[in-house]
Amino acid sequence: MSSAAIDHAHDHDHHHGPAKGITRWLFTTNHKDIGTLYLWFSFAMFLLGGTFALVIRAELFQPGLQFVDPNFFNQMTTMHGLVMVFGAVMPAFVGLANWMIPLMIGAPDMALPRMNNWSFWILPFAFLLMVSTLFMEGGGPNFGWTFYAPLSTTYAPDSVTYFIFAVHIMGASSIMGAINVIATILNMRAPGMTLMKMPLFVWTWLITAYLLIAVMPVLAGVVTMMLFDIHFGTSFFNAAGGGDPVLFQHLFWFFGHPEVYIMILPAFGIVSAIIPTFARKRLFGYDSMVYATASIAFLSFIVWAHHMFTVGMPLAGQLFFMYATMLIAVPTGVKVFNWVATMFRGAMTFETPMLFAIAFVVLFTIGGFTGVMLAITPADFQYHDTYFVVAHFHYVLVPGAVFSLMAAAYYWLPKWTGYMYDETLGKLHFWMSFVGVNLLFFPQHFLGLAGMPRRIPDYALQFANFNWISSVGAFLFGFSQLILLLVVIKCIRGGKKATAQVWEGAQGLEWTVPSPAPYHTFETPPDPSLIKAQ
Amino acid sequence: MTKNVAKGNNKKLAVKLLFAVVGMFAFGFALVPLYDVICDITGLNGKTGGRVEVAEAGQLIEEDREVTVQFIAHQNVEMGWEFKPSANQMRVKPGEVHVVHYRVSNPRDTLMVGQAIPSVAPNAAAGHLNKIECFCFAEQPLQAGETVDMALRFFVDPRLPEEITKLTLSYTLYDITEKSKTAAVASR
Repeated sequence: MSSAAIDHAHDHDHHHGPAKGITRWLFTTNHKDIGTLYLWFSFAMFLLGGTFALVIRAELFQPGLQFVDPNFFNQMTTMHGLVMVFGAVMPAFVGLANWMIPLMIGAPDMALPRMNNWSFWILPFAFLLMVSTLFMEGGGPNFGWTFYAPLSTTYAPDSVTYFIFAVHIMGASSIMGAINVIATILNMRAPGMTLMKMPLFVWTWLITAYLLIAVMPVLAGVVTMMLFDIHFGTSFFNAAGGGDPVLFQHLFWFFGHPEVYIMILPAFGIVSAIIPTFARKRLFGYDSMVYATASIAFLSFIVWAHHMFTVGMPLAGQLFFMYATMLIAVPTGVKVFNWVATMFRGAMTFETPMLFAIAFVVLFTIGGFTGVMLAITPADFQYHDTYFVVAHFHYVLVPGAVFSLMAAAYYWLPKWTGYMYDETLGKLHFWMSFVGVNLLFFPQHFLGLAGMPRRIPDYALQFANFNWISSVGAFLFGFSQLILLLVVIKCIRGGKKATAQVWEGAQGLEWTVPSPAPYHTFETPPDPSLIKAQ
Repeated sequence: MTKNVAKGNNKKLAVKLLFAVVGMFAFGFALVPLYDVICDITGLNGKTGGRVEVAEAGQLIEEDREVTVQFIAHQNVEMGWEFKPSANQMRVKPGEVHVVHYRVSNPRDTLMVGQAIPSVAPNAAAGHLNKIECFCFAEQPLQAGETVDMALRFFVDPRLPEEITKLTLSYTLYDITEKSKTAAVASR
């Protein structure tokens, strides 16, 4: 790869490096700067949400009430969920999209750079608003991250209004981010980069962005209805005034189910980039991956009621939502088999990104299987609101989405910083996370099957042993994330110089620019001969 | 040149997508009436219909069929009222008009306002329990210490599916004192 041909930034006098000082970050419209901001913000939120989780696990270490009172415990479960979903996982994927999509499709920047700046900078304020409620009289949101009415309306603490505005702001941020991603992918591709030549990370993000545009406004509508119910005397969700709390659940999950795919589809894209690199083979079944992603996105709109089988639904409805949910296992299975087939007889090496990617495939599949178990309506009546559900969605979100994010961080870190990260520390981080996460979440399956309900600060004695193990795993997993912080800081400060290609088997336009990627890239489109079929 | 074209395209696409966003926001609100319609048609959540005209009642009584109607009354949050039907259950012929009285009393020393919300199980029967007169159609203000017998006049529609032999009518009483106070102030 001739990096000199692409490194032409100094040819024109109006091209310059980043501005100096804080204004660089405040006023930046550069996709790499904004991507970096998103990634650091999401990492900070990951540590904050993780701290909330450790409060929960500390309280549940032993039966009885140890450290916090039940109301604060409820605030912790709520804030942990909200911060992790809206503050850690979603912005992290948006950060990766900002950094990588223009590099992957040969575009000079995102399509709407000023909006890009805006969509990031409103996020810290949204979370400041939300986290500040913890210090208010009456406490912060304590109704669970799903904020079911009437818990979040009639019986909510006064601070709920701050929560509602925070959701509005982060929704606006996500929508702007999604519009930007779609405009970039549809309008800014380099000549020769046809849709079916795009890397899968770009494909999965394109579909994710459409999901965001479809459901974030519905979420905004739901919290607006809550606002009206609380302050303006309407009765959307108030049964006494002719409304219906079950309507809240329908509306919430109409948003909520596509939302869980918003958090996993880009992860599929990341894993589809990493596994071929370290297996030194092309991705098996590229086309089927694209169609599988689109099918999952479509199905996500017609399965929402499986979250609420126990509200009382006609038999026909239960059957429909059960079968539709199970159908999702088909395209998901296609993906898992494709990843396995990619690795099959490949010349594999096991650098840290690959370790995280393989762990993703294995552990995400476990989460997928428990998902199929939960889809079985009669069985769901037993599992509903138990720790089995907690174990299920943490398996798909932590060793699923979060592991893919870590894999992505290790994979592209040399491209971002120009230096190789410390492989020994990276492997240590992986193994501690891997052991920690399984110790943490696997016993929760057994707790749920034995009947332990979720969102309780205290429990019956027979649940003590598994909770003890789970809490030990939580602290192991939580503190090992500091290793990631150390690795990233070390990698920014120096290390072995990274080549442009970084990884021997890496394919794609992002590996044709030097490492670290220059401040401006692809100001003239890349040579079409560099764009290969996947 | 091409850069400006690209910029124009980006703006156009962004505006289109913004319309989609606004559309989905509106769709979220449209789901509210849509949900009510679906509940009406399917009887989901046991929602019963509004008032039925007397002329429709008593036109045809099915003499050779009897169904059991059970009455349940409870309060949403303990509001301290007494709330009880005069009968726990009744055997009725479809088409026949019956009356049940619900006794409510407010033992507290302030005026309170209650609102009863009905629900019928099984869901399939919800559309076939017709109310000619019901206390649930209006708010129920009760002075301190006041006791009232509230009437429910109803008949079971003969079109009730054959396999349903028993249906349960449940009333939940909500304390809406605060709400009706603010409404009264607002209407003044």
